[in-house]
Amino acid sequence: MSGFDKVVHSYEEAMAGLTDNMTIIAGGFGLCGIPENLISEIKHKGTRGLTLVSNNCGVDDFGLGLLLPDRQIRKIIASYVGENAEFERQMMSGELCVELTPQGTLAEKMRAGGAGIPAFYTATGVGTPVAEGKDERQFNGRDYILEESIVGDFAIVKAWKADRYGNLVFRKTARNFNPMAATAGKITVVEVEEIVEPGQLDPDEIHTPGIYVNRLIKSSFEKRIEQRTTRPAGE
Amino acid sequence: MALSRDQIAQRVAQELQDGYYVNLGIGIPTLVANFVPKGMEVMLQSENGLLGMGAFPTEEEVDADLINAGKQTVTMAKGASIFDSAESFAMIRGGHVDLTVLGAFEVDVNGNIASYMIPGKLIKGMGGAMDLVAGADNIIVTMTHASKHGDSKLLSNCTLPLTGKGCIKKVLTDLAFIEIKAGKFHLLERAPGVSVEEILKLTQGELIVNGDIPEMKFNQAD
Repeated sequence: MSGFDKVVHSYEEAMAGLTDNMTIIAGGFGLCGIPENLISEIKHKGTRGLTLVSNNCGVDDFGLGLLLPDRQIRKIIASYVGENAEFERQMMSGELCVELTPQGTLAEKMRAGGAGIPAFYTATGVGTPVAEGKDERQFNGRDYILEESIVGDFAIVKAWKADRYGNLVFRKTARNFNPMAATAGKITVVEVEEIVEPGQLDPDEIHTPGIYVNRLIKSSFEKRIEQRTTRPAGE
Repeated sequence: MALSRDQIAQRVAQELQDGYYVNLGIGIPTLVANFVPKGMEVMLQSENGLLGMGAFPTEEEVDADLINAGKQTVTMAKGASIFDSAESFAMIRGGHVDLTVLGAFEVDVNGNIASYMIPGKLIKGMGGAMDLVAGADNIIVTMTHASKHGDSKLLSNCTLPLTGKGCIKKVLTDLAFIEIKAGKFHLLERAPGVSVEEILKLTQGELIVNGDIPEMKFNQAD
């Protein structure tokens, strides 16, 4: 690597430096826009004791669910964790620590973490189990709780296109948590479908500027669909 | 007769207004999209980052990169926009969504709602529900009035962990349309053929019945 060129050529290189007990922030919503090959590399590496910050935890045999059988995840911070039998078993037995976090709060924790904001007040979760142990304060007569932001040792991100400098473009709803995750990693690793030369992306179309990106790798993706729902042609 | 799931959605759709931005939760709320009155424009917000959700795709249109908050493949309506999750919840938390429709396990007379967890049984998480109930002013909760065993879901106090506190003002069940104010349920409408007595019997929290309660009306065209 030299200058602003973020491109790496192997998954080993992409996830180099990941060690046991680190915190990883992952983009994706359900199985949409997940960094599927980076997740597979973490499985392959066998890193354990991980704290994962991700909206969901994949399904039994795809996405972050792949890290469950070998007990690689110690704790997960997520908003919704259905659709995964092994997950439920580990959670119920206490092997896996789960911190359920409202989806908007989770997005904001990443956004704030990446923006150097240590905590923020929100009305979300006031009067619910989410508020337990958190500072409460009134603004303009309404109650808010204090939520702390999150920074990861690593952030793993899936984008559609990038230039070699790590400027990123996402595609449709595969964007979801990825732009916030990209800002919130001490080391941000991005996998993409296509890499172009700097200058080939219109600066106005870039969703995530390359300053947030440390490593970039081109790959191919299965893009599994969780709920394939269609209407008959001609309607 | 208790309302069917479609009829509940149909009645909710009567609360839509032209130009509304609407977030529909998973389950019955999703069905509301099928009953938008002809000639009315509403824009559906899906909290995973889509404003202007369209119909389900044809087999040829299926795109793994385009799903709704229920993780179903969808299409984009004309004038749709795409954004990230923080932006999506800025819309929700900032009070920019005109109407939110979501399901629940329990609602109580103080406007509390429980919808995301049954300790020891069902722990899937709140997703965006806590943000939606905290951020929206205009919320309609849809649910069955009572469980299969006849236990009321309209309570004096929610028994399950709360999704939000003091934030629900309207509930549409298979039996009744109910408003919550000043710590009481108020019966606004009955499902066709359902008596006030039946509703009272299945409402555990205090229910105010003021005068003649009209039946819900369904247009043939709906």
